[in-house]
Amino acid sequence: MLAYTARRVVYVIPIVISVALVCFLLVHITPGDPLVAVLPADASQELAAQLRAAYGFDRPLPVQFGLWLLRALHGDLGNSIATGRPVLAEVMRAVGNTVTLAIAAAIIGFTMGILLGLIAGYFRETWIDKLATSFAIAGVSVPHYWLGMVLVIIFSVELNWLPAVGAGPNGSNSWAWDWAHLRYLVLPAITTSVIPMGIVTRTVRALTGDILSQDFVEALRAKGLHERGVFRHVIKNAAPTALAVMGLQLGYMLGGSILIETVFSWPGSGFLLNSAIFQRDLPLLQGTILVLALFFVLLNLLVDIAQAAIDPRIKRG
Amino acid sequence: MSELPLSATTDAALQAAPATKARGYWATVGRRILRDKVSMACALVLLLIFLSAILAPWLGLEDPYKGSMIRRLRHIGTSGYPLGTDELGRDMLARLVYGGRLSLVIGILPVILAFGIGTSLGIIAGYVGGKLNTAIMRTVDVFYAFPSVLLAIAISGALGAGILNSIVALTIVFVPQISRVAESVTTGVRNMDFVEAARASGAGPFTIMRVHILGNVLGAIFVYATSLISVSMILAAGLSFLGLGTKPPEPEWGLMLNTLRTAIYVNPWVAALPGAMIFAVSICFNLLSDGLRSAMDIRN
Repeated sequence: MLAYTARRVVYVIPIVISVALVCFLLVHITPGDPLVAVLPADASQELAAQLRAAYGFDRPLPVQFGLWLLRALHGDLGNSIATGRPVLAEVMRAVGNTVTLAIAAAIIGFTMGILLGLIAGYFRETWIDKLATSFAIAGVSVPHYWLGMVLVIIFSVELNWLPAVGAGPNGSNSWAWDWAHLRYLVLPAITTSVIPMGIVTRTVRALTGDILSQDFVEALRAKGLHERGVFRHVIKNAAPTALAVMGLQLGYMLGGSILIETVFSWPGSGFLLNSAIFQRDLPLLQGTILVLALFFVLLNLLVDIAQAAIDPRIKRG
Repeated sequence: MSELPLSATTDAALQAAPATKARGYWATVGRRILRDKVSMACALVLLLIFLSAILAPWLGLEDPYKGSMIRRLRHIGTSGYPLGTDELGRDMLARLVYGGRLSLVIGILPVILAFGIGTSLGIIAGYVGGKLNTAIMRTVDVFYAFPSVLLAIAISGALGAGILNSIVALTIVFVPQISRVAESVTTGVRNMDFVEAARASGAGPFTIMRVHILGNVLGAIFVYATSLISVSMILAAGLSFLGLGTKPPEPEWGLMLNTLRTAIYVNPWVAALPGAMIFAVSICFNLLSDGLRSAMDIRN
């Protein structure tokens, strides 16, 4: 197990470097000068050259990448052009809010998905299955930003039960686990949960169906095991694959939250990314994408290791 | 002794079955999907949306660009404006129908482009193997390290707003996914006897890939690509929703949803209409893709 873990960690290193390279190059495929956001329109040639040297944009690309990577390894992702504050601090503060949202959504989406999937897989080809499957397909097909708007229309505009935007009373950005703050989490979390709900339902349904049609289940039943016991076997056999799918979904929720955070003005990493794009704040854009992608890579690694740890069928040799 | 009745049944079955045997694989798939009610309903809805988008100028609709300050945000069912008007007083029905033109193109084109590029890359990687395979597939792996929404937004955010940039960004998102599928099915086929036979009879690598491999892997890749259209529609409209795709005053569902967001307190249900269109197209493509997948799975 230790050897397997070590090998998986080593495999990740080239991926991490390539991810950093992609994030670095993103800024350099940008049309126009990266300094355009800070430079006044009537700036002189000398001032532009001076700033370019100060940001290091005058050096050859490979050198720039090397220096950038070295600084990034020390936790220095540069300063935001718009605010002048360190990028890493800004990103980590925002990521905290995104993690809160993703975990709340994961609790809703995974619970619903597992329940619906088990029920649909057990009662295959009945109306219960059809209902659960339609629910799952609707979940993966709905434009989630639109669902967010519809939920706001129903629960904020028409019923006036829940707040429409923000993450706390009086526009506060600091999160707290009380009802005053939780009310703000309800709609964004439900909106974020529909895609993982749909995907987990479909996965668990397929797994349950496959496992129930295997010979050993018939043998268990023939031996007189009650249905609850059979169910336990189903869950044990489905767990590793389901876990892998859920881990990946958690990563998608962390990285893909920009649309939902924009709808709800949720002060997370997606919201930050949005403002970085529109203020053409390239260091912030680069840093946010790098941090989110690294989270995703790390999560994938953890899922792989966890899957190998609980599933004896995976070769660890 | 036991063989006699057995071969007799086989002969009888062969004689009784020429009608079904004569039908090819794709004809069988076609017949199966035509009998699937859900798939046909979805195909019908999509056909209506496509036809109305193509024929929009000849449907006698209002001008989708002509606004009016005095009739802004009319409710659904107002006489003359069956689906109300938007925040600039433009007819919603006309804008939804015209909106299909751009929305469908920016949603579907990236999948078509990625289907072409990804299939070629995957087949080459899978057939040639070796170092070329490693080079192509490790590059593909890098893109898998990004959640697709993040990658799409990062690329189009870096390239800047615009229809062309959003199509490029989405194509880059889907190429790795299709390449991976294409590579894995090609690897499954490349060592089969008929490929060996073609090689032995002197066929070059391009002929083998084009004639012998492509025909055997295209179906699986195609089904996978159709399942991406739904995601692509949502992402393309999502980019416009963020302000990274289409620019105003162009009618496009994602952008309409964005500009109408300010109106949700005044006229909420009109503001939600463009999203319903995206949802309808996306769910129909998803169900159609599922139907196609099970129709192609002849073993059932």
